[in-house]
Amino acid sequence: MDALNKLPLNIAAAIRGLFGDPHSIWADLTMTVIGIVLVIVLIVLAALILILLERKIGGWASQRPGPNRLGPRGWFQTIADALKLLGKEDVTPAEADRFIFKIAPMIVFALPMMTLAVIPFGMGMVPIDLDLGIMYYLAISAISTLALLMAGWGSNSNYSMLGGMRAVAQMISYEIPLIFSLLGVVMITQTFSLSKIVEAQSTIPFVVIQPIAFVIYFIAGIAEVNRAPFDLVEADQEIVAGPFTEYTGLRWGLFFLGEYGNMTAVAALITTMFLGGWQGPGFLPGIVWFFLKVGIIIFLMMWIRWTFPRMRIDHLMGLAWKVLLPLSLLNILLTGLGIYIYQYVLRIGG
Amino acid sequence: MTLERTEELALNLGPQHPSMHGVFRMVAHFDGEIITKIDPKIGYLHRGLEKLAESRTYAQFIPYTDRLDYLAAPHNNMAYVQAVEKLANIQIPERAEYLRVIFAELARIASHLVFIGSLALDMAGWTAWGYCFRDRERILDLFEMTAGSRLTVNAMRIGGFSQEVPDEFWPALKSFLDDLPEMLEEYQGIFYGNEIAMGRMKSVGILTKEDAANFSTTGPVLRASGVKHDLRKDAPYGIYDRFEFDVPVLYGCDSYDRGLIRLLEIKESAKIIRQAMRDIPEGPIMAKVPKVLKPPVGEVYHAVENPKGELGFYLVSDGSTKPARLRIRSATFINIQLLPAISPGWKIQDVIAIFATLDAVLGEVDK
Repeated sequence: MDALNKLPLNIAAAIRGLFGDPHSIWADLTMTVIGIVLVIVLIVLAALILILLERKIGGWASQRPGPNRLGPRGWFQTIADALKLLGKEDVTPAEADRFIFKIAPMIVFALPMMTLAVIPFGMGMVPIDLDLGIMYYLAISAISTLALLMAGWGSNSNYSMLGGMRAVAQMISYEIPLIFSLLGVVMITQTFSLSKIVEAQSTIPFVVIQPIAFVIYFIAGIAEVNRAPFDLVEADQEIVAGPFTEYTGLRWGLFFLGEYGNMTAVAALITTMFLGGWQGPGFLPGIVWFFLKVGIIIFLMMWIRWTFPRMRIDHLMGLAWKVLLPLSLLNILLTGLGIYIYQYVLRIGG
Repeated sequence: MTLERTEELALNLGPQHPSMHGVFRMVAHFDGEIITKIDPKIGYLHRGLEKLAESRTYAQFIPYTDRLDYLAAPHNNMAYVQAVEKLANIQIPERAEYLRVIFAELARIASHLVFIGSLALDMAGWTAWGYCFRDRERILDLFEMTAGSRLTVNAMRIGGFSQEVPDEFWPALKSFLDDLPEMLEEYQGIFYGNEIAMGRMKSVGILTKEDAANFSTTGPVLRASGVKHDLRKDAPYGIYDRFEFDVPVLYGCDSYDRGLIRLLEIKESAKIIRQAMRDIPEGPIMAKVPKVLKPPVGEVYHAVENPKGELGFYLVSDGSTKPARLRIRSATFINIQLLPAISPGWKIQDVIAIFATLDAVLGEVDK
């Protein structure tokens, strides 16, 4: 099993070996490119699988068959849908702000790629290992607010604009408890590096020590990626599709890819921060453990989406400011006290 | 500092919009997220049914009534054929009366199931919607066994009932009624008991007793505002005076009570169907009605309590084979006039829910 765990590392070392000096700039560059290509492939594959999975789970939840026509048990449905999107006409509304309108979906698609680049997928398997990984992740994921606002503003449509405004209000509010909930883990591990945080969880995952932070991050994470019951941004019963209303074809498809990419990224961060990342009992390689945990989190998110009705905007804000924010502050206080007592006991005992 | 006011926006919802029931259209004016004015537009489904009736014989018009409130076609049939029977003074056999009641109450359950499902769906509660439509399917199967059609059930005739129900109808009906309490518990659990759904509907969209009366609202919308008014009790038609059932009345006046009252009514309908199943006599299902029906000169108004409220047919006969005038008093046409009155001041999301609780069926509104 150890060999399987180390297999990706050995492959990487072999590729570096091809360059003579394994730490030359060309070797580093090649490894970075390979890492980024793998992340892009991961996002596209994840979107293809997750969209189908979402429809299947939706069918299962509301007791329908779900897609079942194309291929074995409907497994080719998403591929057919993606091909159809490619063939659609690319319409830009006459009154739209063309530059902003066109660039917004690209930003939405680029963000999960950038965030997933710092996630440790397995032992030593971090595309880019930053010392300030958490900071980087939070900073990049916050940009998606801007992208949605750009899409909403650029479309020059009332539905889109309302959706964009909702996106700003909602995501900025939820950013705060989201960041505070991660602070507890940072206080315990004394590091911002995601790979070091995973290593610190070799004995016990932080969900046991930081249950409040886990719940807060889970809720705020769902709100951050605009999924039900917090999907006010694209509430189809009210504002048709929010910022995405005016988009067609591949541009709309990019939003879709971005949404599922973001979902994967949030699930990956939850796995890394609270569920021990790639660490797990030794009978499976680390990367399998990682994706298993990500899959469970994504399943939970889908389950919640299909079960709960949508929240109202004032309740949504109330939840963020009146419940999650105080709770996350309380969690920081408790964590600080816990660390203090722990160190005191160590000093007495030692 | 004074509160900054934003520019007022107008948002067009419908006739093709994910939240709209049928082809209703409204232009919502709002300030931020608060609705200031609702401008409803109807008529996208206008087919001129009242005028069409004047060029059809009395019997030929029955299938047109299916298309009024297409979620509860048996009620429309019943209201119309009973109006004609009243006009022509036709007595119908007992068994036909009971079959009519069973069909009407089944249609009430089916219509309320669609209501609960679409109310949930308007708040993105997909699963509750799936449950409701799954269970409604069994009622439609029952209709299909007898009438051949599922939605536009056209089983009632002037003078009785079109055909005898098949043998497999009764066991299927019984098993449906046996499973019903469990289904209702499911809806209660997944939708009515849900914290988010309660938060969105409790104390929202207040319709006071006075307003409800002034707008001549009928049906569950009125009963959820604390007025006990049900034609089945107050002006019994057919054989409704033989059954024992309660008329649920709620006093919350809000969206939640307007939603919940449908759940309670389903229980009462099930009670009526059970009694009808127990008491139904053997015998003919069709009275002797002349092939060419020429009712005496006169006029008649007959109203029944359909799932949405009072559905009335006003018929004028000039002694010929065709009605001289037909007027339809449909419940939702009057109920949705409440929307511009009670919506201002609530958020867009609330108004979507308020509209759903009025349970509009555009076939009945536009006629």
